[in-house]
Amino acid sequence: MAGVKPRGKAHAMGLHDERLAGRGGEQLFFKAAEEENFTYPWSFEVDFARSAEFDALDMEASAINLEIRRLMQDGVGSITVKNPRARHGVGVGFLNRLRLRFEGSLGYFGCGLSDGPNIHISGRVGWSCAENMMAGTIVVEKNAGSTFGAAIRGGDLVCKGDVGSRTGIDQKGGNILVGGRTGAFSGFMMQRGRMVICGDAGKNLGDSMYDGTIYVGGKVAGLGVDCVEAEMTDADLQWLTAKLSLYDLNPACGAANMKKFVSGKQLWNYDNLEPAEKKLVL
Amino acid sequence: MCGIAGLIHRGKTSDIGSEMTSMLQSLKHRGPDSTGFALYGRGSGGNDNDDGGNQHVMRFKVAEQEEMRDIDIRVKMRARIDDVDARLEKLGVRVLDKAQPTEYSLRYAFAYDGDMRALAAQVEAVDSAEILSIGRALELIKDMGDAGTVAADYGIPGFTGTHAIGHTRMATESDVDIRSAHPYWAYPFNDISVVHNGQLTNYWTFRREMERIGHRFVSDCDSELIAVYIAERIQRGDDLEAAMHRSIDELDGVFTYLVATGDQLGMAKDVMAAKPMVLYESGDFIGLASEEVAIRSIFPNEIETWDPYEGEVKVWRA
Repeated sequence: MAGVKPRGKAHAMGLHDERLAGRGGEQLFFKAAEEENFTYPWSFEVDFARSAEFDALDMEASAINLEIRRLMQDGVGSITVKNPRARHGVGVGFLNRLRLRFEGSLGYFGCGLSDGPNIHISGRVGWSCAENMMAGTIVVEKNAGSTFGAAIRGGDLVCKGDVGSRTGIDQKGGNILVGGRTGAFSGFMMQRGRMVICGDAGKNLGDSMYDGTIYVGGKVAGLGVDCVEAEMTDADLQWLTAKLSLYDLNPACGAANMKKFVSGKQLWNYDNLEPAEKKLVL
Repeated sequence: MCGIAGLIHRGKTSDIGSEMTSMLQSLKHRGPDSTGFALYGRGSGGNDNDDGGNQHVMRFKVAEQEEMRDIDIRVKMRARIDDVDARLEKLGVRVLDKAQPTEYSLRYAFAYDGDMRALAAQVEAVDSAEILSIGRALELIKDMGDAGTVAADYGIPGFTGTHAIGHTRMATESDVDIRSAHPYWAYPFNDISVVHNGQLTNYWTFRREMERIGHRFVSDCDSELIAVYIAERIQRGDDLEAAMHRSIDELDGVFTYLVATGDQLGMAKDVMAAKPMVLYESGDFIGLASEEVAIRSIFPNEIETWDPYEGEVKVWRA
């Protein structure tokens, strides 16, 4: 994340210093002002100018991950993995800056627990891609399976094709962008962050969401419990335009005509809590 | 969990035995208890016969694998096989070819014009005998172990045909035995088989209803209900696609299942889309599996795949 320069407008919109707090007390996972120091003590120092590639055709998932780790340990910052062949659990748990490219498709749980790397996947990903991602970017050129971006806390997760059901289930931060359509129960129990669906959304969109924002360009098959349409603001449009442009996504209706959905905040957990307790929940 | 897979070649045949073995072996981690194949050959009595419209292949077993520990099981099995042969002869069934891939499993190619339900009832009247399938194109093979083991035991690689479905089972709702393994044949209909990943929550309600109208169940596995349900709907005049659409509304639970007939392959996904399915479709081939890694096992090059959506039904013809 070093090298990411704070921008006034984005910070004014609260996009880079989202606070995530639990009942046990406040926790700040990331402060933009402290970004230069926000690295894990065990992360590798890598040089983006140094590149390497290897063929994973006959390698097991653990061997692929270990090879990536070995290259990072040697200071290689740009790594290309060929022929991952939809293996599960590849690209998981990388916690430092890295340019990682997969030429092919990944299976289940691809690139989960990421915190920092910029990952590009030329093929498709299976279920639960980028689960619990903290920071960085992941761009998938083709389609994705269900539970895409489950419980992510930060970063940008992009699928240029269609994704399955329950996209962004339990999303706690960050941004999920989908170039095509998404299935049922997308944004289920969403707590924070933004989701952009350029195409159609399946039924029960945003079911039981606590907070966060969902933008949809196509048709919505149906809204979930406590998900309501909200008015698009200029700030929304500016953010959408910038993000869509960044990843070369073009909703057929145009960013200005996308619809915005948020939590109606009428569920029991809101009704039964004192104002101070509500802050703790969120 | 459980893994399911299907493939269909349009307008041509292929070594579907090897292809399905490879796909199911890739899904071994989803279910190590048993493996099953429903393979569809060129018709008219199975893989090799092509000399008449009344020819069929029957796959059946005369013992469960756990019975093989009994000290006198081989004597019993010999008597059961003799009993089956006598009953078939009495019905006027002309057995053309006999094979015995394992000690307890048999394959008969036969010619018969009579009532298939009566034939099935006669065979299953023999102690411990259970028909796995009867069909003009279908050959259904299932046993304990992974795909590699079952395929080697039954000589599956090299089986030429148009389409196939298969299953790797992790038992959750019933016993680990052959009768609870998939695929299930839609008794007593020629050439219809089903594999399923998921759980049906209205299984007992529906089973009692089906039994009241005369359907037979051989196991306590909820997946068997889908085969019986499809058979019942087809018997009432539905085509395959209509029957599958209806099942989405009437069967309760989380499921993705595949159905194959003599010339069709279909898939259905429940309204929650809670069980996985990845689909690859080209001009002359369709491959489906619980995980993409299974499709990749027969397509080394980069391909375009996607997930079908909630409540979706698709049917393809060979």
